[in-house]
Amino acid sequence: MTLPHLLQVAFALISIGLFGLLARRHVIAVLLSIELMFNGVNLAILSVAWAYGGEPRGAVLVLFGIAITVAEVAVGLALFLLARRVRGTVVLDDLSTLSG
Amino acid sequence: MMQWALLAIGAPFTAFALIGAFPWIRRTGKGAAGLSIAAISLSLVSALFLLTRYLQHPEPQTLSYVFAPFSTVSPITFGILVDGLAVAMLVVVTVVAWVVQVYSLGYMSEESPSSLGRYYAYHSLFVTSMIGLVLSHNLLQTYVFWELVGACSYLLIGFWFYKPEAARAALKAFWVTRLGDVGFAIGVVLLWAAAGTFTFEGLFSAVEHGTLGGQLLTLGVLGLFVGAMGKSAQFPLHIWLPDAMEGPTPVSALIHAATMVAAGVFLMIRIHPLLAATPEVAFWVLQIGAFTAFLAATMALVERDVKRILAFSTISQLGYMMAAAGAGAHVAAFFHLFTHAFFKALLFLAAGSLIHAMHTNDIFRMGNLWKHMRWTGLYFLVGGLALSGVPPTAGFFSKDEILVGVWQTGEPLAIFFLFATVFLTAFYMFRAFFVVFFGDREAEGHPHESPGVMVGPMGILAILALVAGFFGHGLEGLLSHTLGVSEAAGETAHVPGSLPWIGSLLGLAGIALAYLGYQARTLDTRAVYTRFHPVATVLERRYFVDDLFLALYRYVYNLLSDFLGWFDRYVVDGVVNFLTWGTWQVARAVRTVQSGQVQDTLYAVVLGFLFLAYLAMRF
Repeated sequence: MTLPHLLQVAFALISIGLFGLLARRHVIAVLLSIELMFNGVNLAILSVAWAYGGEPRGAVLVLFGIAITVAEVAVGLALFLLARRVRGTVVLDDLSTLSG
Repeated sequence: MMQWALLAIGAPFTAFALIGAFPWIRRTGKGAAGLSIAAISLSLVSALFLLTRYLQHPEPQTLSYVFAPFSTVSPITFGILVDGLAVAMLVVVTVVAWVVQVYSLGYMSEESPSSLGRYYAYHSLFVTSMIGLVLSHNLLQTYVFWELVGACSYLLIGFWFYKPEAARAALKAFWVTRLGDVGFAIGVVLLWAAAGTFTFEGLFSAVEHGTLGGQLLTLGVLGLFVGAMGKSAQFPLHIWLPDAMEGPTPVSALIHAATMVAAGVFLMIRIHPLLAATPEVAFWVLQIGAFTAFLAATMALVERDVKRILAFSTISQLGYMMAAAGAGAHVAAFFHLFTHAFFKALLFLAAGSLIHAMHTNDIFRMGNLWKHMRWTGLYFLVGGLALSGVPPTAGFFSKDEILVGVWQTGEPLAIFFLFATVFLTAFYMFRAFFVVFFGDREAEGHPHESPGVMVGPMGILAILALVAGFFGHGLEGLLSHTLGVSEAAGETAHVPGSLPWIGSLLGLAGIALAYLGYQARTLDTRAVYTRFHPVATVLERRYFVDDLFLALYRYVYNLLSDFLGWFDRYVVDGVVNFLTWGTWQVARAVRTVQSGQVQDTLYAVVLGFLFLAYLAMRF
């Protein structure tokens, strides 16, 4: 298992997440896809840190990232709840008030 | 000395401001009249005081405030110039205005109090404007007061605005004089552009030193003359003046004698060094003046309205003054302005007295009034004699000076016009006199002499109309500092000594013809009228000049306006509309990109990122 293998897995995670982000219509699924992309990014950071001799700063960065992401997900869920209450839907296709 | 000048202009202005600002003063009517008359009395006293002071110390004085300072050109100043010309004119204006305002108390007695208050407010503003114009020491200030004079004449001609003819006449007067004022404005700007100053002093010295000259000077002076043509009713801008008779008669007296129409001639005299430097313009001033004098006199021959006869005579006499100004005889021009102010105001006030008694303007509906209105008749006779230039009345001296001045130019056409006009003037004035005061007709109704408040002031003017001619030498001395009389003195040798005799004989011949035609009836005027019916028609229609203006308005001005309207609607607006339409279309095409779908936006972000990443890897 070398750095390229790990980065390929990370790339795959990001790509799958991106696909979900762009293709899924339900906000929960979109949120999950973003989490998936985030995991890919974390994996890439950790892989590089590992490849450079177990650099601890990589792990620190990823831990901070996870903590912040959890907080963001909480905010995101709260937003979706509000959107559901105000607009009656959380399907992205129906949330198109910015249409030109 | 300056405080007297400021008082002369400040007093009537204060009266105007008080009457204008406080409706309760206006509604008192007589109170407002008293206030206005008190103010003009103060002006008159200060004018007379200025005159005596100036006669003792004939030194022109200037008082000026910087109005608009500039870093590159000389500042624009507002101020007062007291010199011989201004002082003499100031006396004329205040004397006539005083007489007219007192007379109006009687003439306007049937007006409601608030209307009378309004009348006196306008009068005060009118006098203020005219005094401001007379005392002005620069062209810009002259222009401001010039326009104020025009606005006041509009207000007073249209004083009975509920009469449609009066409202129309007021508009006509305003528009026609405005037409000339466009020329004035252009002239002022041109002269300023050429000399960099508005002050008369600066302009005159620039001409003297040769820094101002050439085409710009000619065009500038021509512009000023066009302005003077409008104000002083010179052909072809004379058409407003006969219609201006719709106003109250004392207003006509004021306009014709001292304020409105005198402004144009006054301006020409004021700028005489500029006129002297532009002989081309001076030539046209002479020709147009002489032609106007003749033209207006012929139109008066067939007029039936007593006020309009006087209106035509005013145009005619203004023509004389203009011709004199153009001929370089500035002193003569001012002298005639001076004497004319008195006898024309007198004639108008006498006509007003007639109208007040008879309630008609038509001379053929009056008749045999001499026994009923002895004083009015006497004053009319004095005014008529002065206007006809019969010695030793005032008109004889001033008209003689003008004839001498124009004779020296040697322009045959102008000389012919002016001499012929002497005859015509005497004829139409005495035609009116004989028809109104004698003749075989009895006047309708019960004519009665006007009250003392009207007859009294006319007496002052009558005396002045008789003796003002003897002020000629004094006036010459007064003006010598401002106008310089040397050029006339040297050339009198060319003038035949019989000239005054010819002038007065022509006048007497006119009177005699009028006597034969309208009093003794040895001449059948009706037969002459029928015989020359086409000519009479042309005269009655006033040479179709009004119709010409109407046609110009209808077929030239309106067509031009239509074209400009079309241009504005389809070309100017078209460009703007096309631009908005194009923007709208582009926006419509582009806005579809914004679907509002957050994932579509994300696609764009991803694609953009990939494109940037591709670029980053490529370079």
